[in-house]
Amino acid sequence: MTDTFVPPTRFAVPGRIAVSEQAASVWQTATLTGIRRETARAGTFRFAVPGWPGHLPGQHLMVRLTAEDGYVAQRHYSIASAPDDSGHVELTLDHVEGGEVSGWFHSVARPGDQVEVRGPVSGFFAWPGDRPALLIGAGSGVVPLMSMVRHHRARNLTVPLRLLVSARSPEELIYARELGAETTPVFTRSAPEGVPVGRMAAAHVAPLLAEQPSGGWEAYVCGSNSFAEHASRLLVTAGQPVDRIRIERFG
Amino acid sequence: MHITRGFTGRPRVDDPGLPPGQYDAGDDWPVLSAEVTPDLAPADWTFRVDGLVEEPRTWDWEDAHRLPPSAYEGAIHCVTSWSKFGVRFAGVSLDTFWDVVRPHGSATHAVAYSHTGYTTNLPLADLTGGRAWIAWEYDGRPLAPEHGGPARLLVPHLYFWKSAKWIAGLRVLDHDEPGFWERNGYHERGNPWEEQRYSGD
Ligand SMILES: Cc1cc2nc3c(=O)[nH]c(=O)nc-3n(C[C@H](O)[C@H](O)[C@H](O)COP(=O)(O)OP(=O)(O)OC[C@H]3O[C@@H](n4cnc5c(N)ncnc54)[C@H](O)[C@@H]3O)c2cc1C
Repeated sequence: MTDTFVPPTRFAVPGRIAVSEQAASVWQTATLTGIRRETARAGTFRFAVPGWPGHLPGQHLMVRLTAEDGYVAQRHYSIASAPDDSGHVELTLDHVEGGEVSGWFHSVARPGDQVEVRGPVSGFFAWPGDRPALLIGAGSGVVPLMSMVRHHRARNLTVPLRLLVSARSPEELIYARELGAETTPVFTRSAPEGVPVGRMAAAHVAPLLAEQPSGGWEAYVCGSNSFAEHASRLLVTAGQPVDRIRIERFG
Repeated sequence: MHITRGFTGRPRVDDPGLPPGQYDAGDDWPVLSAEVTPDLAPADWTFRVDGLVEEPRTWDWEDAHRLPPSAYEGAIHCVTSWSKFGVRFAGVSLDTFWDVVRPHGSATHAVAYSHTGYTTNLPLADLTGGRAWIAWEYDGRPLAPEHGGPARLLVPHLYFWKSAKWIAGLRVLDHDEPGFWERNGYHERGNPWEEQRYSGD
């Protein structure tokens, strides 16, 4: 055998958390127990999942909808709620124009409806709350990051946590009421008086990297692919090591 | 099966080319990779085949481009449930590389690894017989970095996480060894027609 290949650029292999094969392969019935409007386009859907095995902040699950003729649609959704033992999980869905699954949620779903879920799947993007975390998201990409923020609060964790989040306007900023001192919002179309409007830039990332916690940041980037490309490049340019950047792309 | 109240799905034609649980993404080509897109110039790209082979070998961009070209036209299927039809990739058939390195009789599997450190495992039988390529062109153009350019593995009959982007090499083994997503709960083989998404499927 030849010597082991050493990649010129490393990424964070292996994943952080071993996924339970049991949970990943079993479909369970989830009952919608509540719907909360977040913004004009996004809503939070709360489900009772009696057999939920638990999750870590950052993980996602799979939702399956079945039509009467047997047609099935399944999509991945990040879990918005912090892990707790209530037997509930929350998802926050953007209403995608013409979207099959998000369209059903936003125009048909009502409490009492049942869908199937499977998961949690993938431990790669999970944050157990152990390392300083620098979270960067845009649009509904804030969903798995919010689970981390909520976890941090619920457990009174003292490990440093910062959230940089991009939205078109204050009205479109998901979880606006809940975001606190850990959060810096960036607005791309319109902003409150005195707040600049523009794309996330080096100037937003630099101060966060300047205040390096001991051991450095573990960066979590989430959003559309174009946002993920942009934000991960900003991080690399600002000196964040590539193998300490985890990316969740919504497609 | 559990019928979802009021869910009809969008109007559809029964498409025999669509594996179960997949939808046609049309012109979209979603990008799903867990790592930062590497800044990898063709001149820095290399592809190595080693492990249980007679003649381990490394090709660089120019060497690989001197090999007989081969193309794939058809569909690709991602585990996140989109499929894409009529895609056109060009590069070199993996069979061409196997002819040079000649795997041992004891070889059963390979681990594909990327210039980023990403890994994925495949049975050798899925990488031979004209079913796998090293691809560097998409639709007549150089493959875009976010889709794995300068060159990626292409194994279109399996879910696309098996088609390692920024391919750096294949290590031939006499046993199976889970790669990145397989250690994160994904299926060992990933056949879309059998919906082998997660381990246990
Ligand atoms: C790991 C992961 C986590 C995710 N987490 C979240 C999350 O927390 N929140 C969230 O909101 N999203 C999330 N997503 C995205 C989510 O999975 C879906 O992609 C999204 O909800 C859109 O699905 P849909 O069925 O509503 O739209 P689709 O039906 O899939 O449509 C998507 C787009 O394609 C167009 N389209 C496709 N086919 C047709 C057709 N035949 N006719 C007309 N138009 C068509 C639609 O108009 C629409 O613009 C996540 C994705 C991943 C991979």
